[in-house]
Amino acid sequence: MSLLELRTVDKIFGGLHAVRGVSFQVEKGAIFGLIGPNGAGKTTLFNVITGVYTPEHGQILFDGQNIAGLKPALIAERGVARTFQNIRIFRTMTVAENVMVAGHHLHKASIASAMLRTRAYDRDEQALAKRARELLEVLGLAELADEVAGSLPYGSQRRLEIARGLMLSPQLLLLDEPAAGMNSQEARTLNEQIRFLRDQLGLTVILVEHNMAVVMNVCETIHVVDHGETIAQGTPAEIKVHPKVLAAYLGEEEPGTEASP
Amino acid sequence: MTQFLQQIINGLSLGSIYALIALGYTMVYGILKLINFAHGEVFMVGAYTGFYAAGALGVASFEAQNQGFPWYLALLVLIIAMAAAALLGVTIEFLAYRPVRSAPRLTPLITAIGVSLFLQNAGMLLFSPNPQRYPAILSEVRFELFGVIVTNIKLTIFAVALCLMLGLHLFVQKTWTGRAMRALSFNIDAAKLMGIDTNQVIRSTFAIGSGLAAAGGILFGLDQITINPLMGVLTGLKAFVAAVLGGIGSIPGAVVGGLLIGLAEQLTAGYLSPEYRDAITFVILILILLLKPEGLLGIVRVEKV
Amino acid sequence: MRAAVRLAIAAAALLAIYGLQLGVEAGFTEYVQRIILLAGINVILAVGLNLINGTTGQFSIGHAGFMAVGAYGTAFVGVQLAGPVHAALGSGAFSDALIFNLALLAGALFAGIFGLIVGMPSLRLRGDYLAVVTLGFGEIIRILFNNATFLGSATGYSGDDPSGLPAYTNFFWVFAWVAAIVILIHNLTFSQTGRSLTAIREDEIAAEAMATPTTRLKVTAFAISAATAGIAGGLFAHMQAGVRPEDFRFERSIDMVVMIIVGGLGSISGAILGGIFVAVSLELMRDLQQYRLVLYALLLIVIMIVRPQGLLGARELHHLLRRKKPAKATAPSESA
Repeated sequence: MSLLELRTVDKIFGGLHAVRGVSFQVEKGAIFGLIGPNGAGKTTLFNVITGVYTPEHGQILFDGQNIAGLKPALIAERGVARTFQNIRIFRTMTVAENVMVAGHHLHKASIASAMLRTRAYDRDEQALAKRARELLEVLGLAELADEVAGSLPYGSQRRLEIARGLMLSPQLLLLDEPAAGMNSQEARTLNEQIRFLRDQLGLTVILVEHNMAVVMNVCETIHVVDHGETIAQGTPAEIKVHPKVLAAYLGEEEPGTEASP
Repeated sequence: MTQFLQQIINGLSLGSIYALIALGYTMVYGILKLINFAHGEVFMVGAYTGFYAAGALGVASFEAQNQGFPWYLALLVLIIAMAAAALLGVTIEFLAYRPVRSAPRLTPLITAIGVSLFLQNAGMLLFSPNPQRYPAILSEVRFELFGVIVTNIKLTIFAVALCLMLGLHLFVQKTWTGRAMRALSFNIDAAKLMGIDTNQVIRSTFAIGSGLAAAGGILFGLDQITINPLMGVLTGLKAFVAAVLGGIGSIPGAVVGGLLIGLAEQLTAGYLSPEYRDAITFVILILILLLKPEGLLGIVRVEKV
Repeated sequence: MRAAVRLAIAAAALLAIYGLQLGVEAGFTEYVQRIILLAGINVILAVGLNLINGTTGQFSIGHAGFMAVGAYGTAFVGVQLAGPVHAALGSGAFSDALIFNLALLAGALFAGIFGLIVGMPSLRLRGDYLAVVTLGFGEIIRILFNNATFLGSATGYSGDDPSGLPAYTNFFWVFAWVAAIVILIHNLTFSQTGRSLTAIREDEIAAEAMATPTTRLKVTAFAISAATAGIAGGLFAHMQAGVRPEDFRFERSIDMVVMIIVGGLGSISGAILGGIFVAVSLELMRDLQQYRLVLYALLLIVIMIVRPQGLLGARELHHLLRRKKPAKATAPSESA
């Protein structure tokens, strides 16, 4: 059984049919790419999967259960973490605090115990802080733990978003344009980090991305959408030469023509 | 039945006044996404300007001689009040709102509340906190229609309100500024990029909205006989609820909302109890925000994530 | 063991407050004492409101309603309890203390419940709409009290005694409650819950994506903030002969907003400073009685334009002493 399965999902905003009958399956442990020209509906798909929007039709099966229309917090609890296209970190909080926010499942102490600072509360708080530092280590952010998140350089902010998502102990990680604004050196590092997330942490990763150097190198399966509809799915090699994909991107960069790192 | 019709007439005339004020709220919110808390005070200033202008034009002597105030002078009073209010509105925008236009939403909200409080209390200092009797800019003539008492004042309210609303409608549909106002309410950034002078359009919006509120103020004075510096607080709030009820940002919505609130208030006072005439507005506010926050004629906006 | 230490500290603190009370009552005129009490009550109001407006970033401008609920609730319960408690324990400081604090807790409970009732539907709304709804609810609550005959309607409620409500409120109780509330709210703000509330303020959508139960937390924060306003109301009520709806008009809600704005939205120390500032400045402006509110309003406008973050922004006094360092420029990191 695949970890995530979309069955003919539709999302309509008033007059705009943003997602039309999209279906795909993502196997456990896959690194799955979702690409398409601007406005194709990729981020909308992410928003539908994570519960920000409710689809008009279709099912979204996560680990066999339909999560379509559930609230985002509930879906996150079930093990779906995401990052955002526009980086939505908590700018005035420190790096460590950003990660700790996502640790609800580690922090069972009640509000009353927080107000009274009971021993149970202190224990939970320490466990939370410890786990947060571990994740920051993994993403190479440990030194910045007490810095204000908003003052971090762009690339570090992106990594912080990932660390924060990892705090949920997710099975599935959705990355929305993680390579935006990166140069080729940083993009190479990102590829390694994505592989690390899958190989060492056992995550399944879905990637929305425009940077073809990243997509073609790190994704195993690529699903292409245009104007809300699926136009192709296959391995990077297949997608590179797929006529429909080339046609959709005509006028923009053609997939596969960037020099591989 | 006649009592019911009476309440309807009264409710619609009150509602017309609310509608005139609500238009100002809705237009400003549509463009700036700002609740202009001070708008109720502009209404109040309009009423007082009419009061003083009529006095200056000798309304007292006409009253003493039991003659009607000449219609052309009444019209002059209206124009003066509307112009004064327009000037006030534009000044408020320039001094208090423009500096905080790009600040997080909280800041302009508090600024608006501050301006409102300032004008209320300044009004009490300048105009005397005691209620004043409104001059007979229009002398009352009553007549009966199907057992219902209608005064020329009520008819004037309908007429003036209707004219002004029609005028606004034509303005918004046919003139360049009106079209620009609509463009800004859809997407202010795009409008700026299209080369529209947004500051100019915003100024016009405030000016027009304030002028309409002033007209409402004079009509209110004629209808309710007394005015006081705090009259803008409750009436302004009711007009705001009217704008929300109709769909904030929607001009027809403000009209519909105003009439409905006027009717609801009058019917509540007549059939339930006068104690609750003010409360009904708050109840409507809460109901509409909980059940249909975009209002009766408003559109649901989806936030881009 | 830990509990024992804490109890010892609490006892010492209460003794200190009692000592201060003796000093204040000896050293200051009644007029100044009243201002000090009002400042304390303001601090409670401000710290409580700051939890929902500042830390959680929601905008409530009708909190006077909750203060009213607490005031009436405390007064009413106090009057009901007086008989049985005096019968069982006689009169005197101890039974008064018992009655008062039980009544305050009751007032806080009622206010908290109202907070839930108002909060649950309202907190689905964003920004301006939430502000207006809370304003509406605040007014409705006041109108309800204005028409509640068993509570005296517009003339107000002053209990059974012709001389009015018992004057339970004094320096000790006000500042004991100030200390308790400041500590509890401080602990809450700097906890995982507080972090979650701040996250909701910063970016509610991202907070939700990180499994934060946003609605539940917002409503809870709202209820807690309403309950603290209730305590303030109860303390206020027993400084007066009676509780009147007049005392809880929209202007009172605005006072509270001014307190936290001046101090800095989101800062507990700021709220404390703001609460004191409002109490003192309103008194200082009493001579300029007519101009008082005009100046107040001008102050509000000027602050918004010139320094909207207030005195401390969202930082605490003790944070200013150890500044947070700006991030050092780092090279693209080596992958883990």
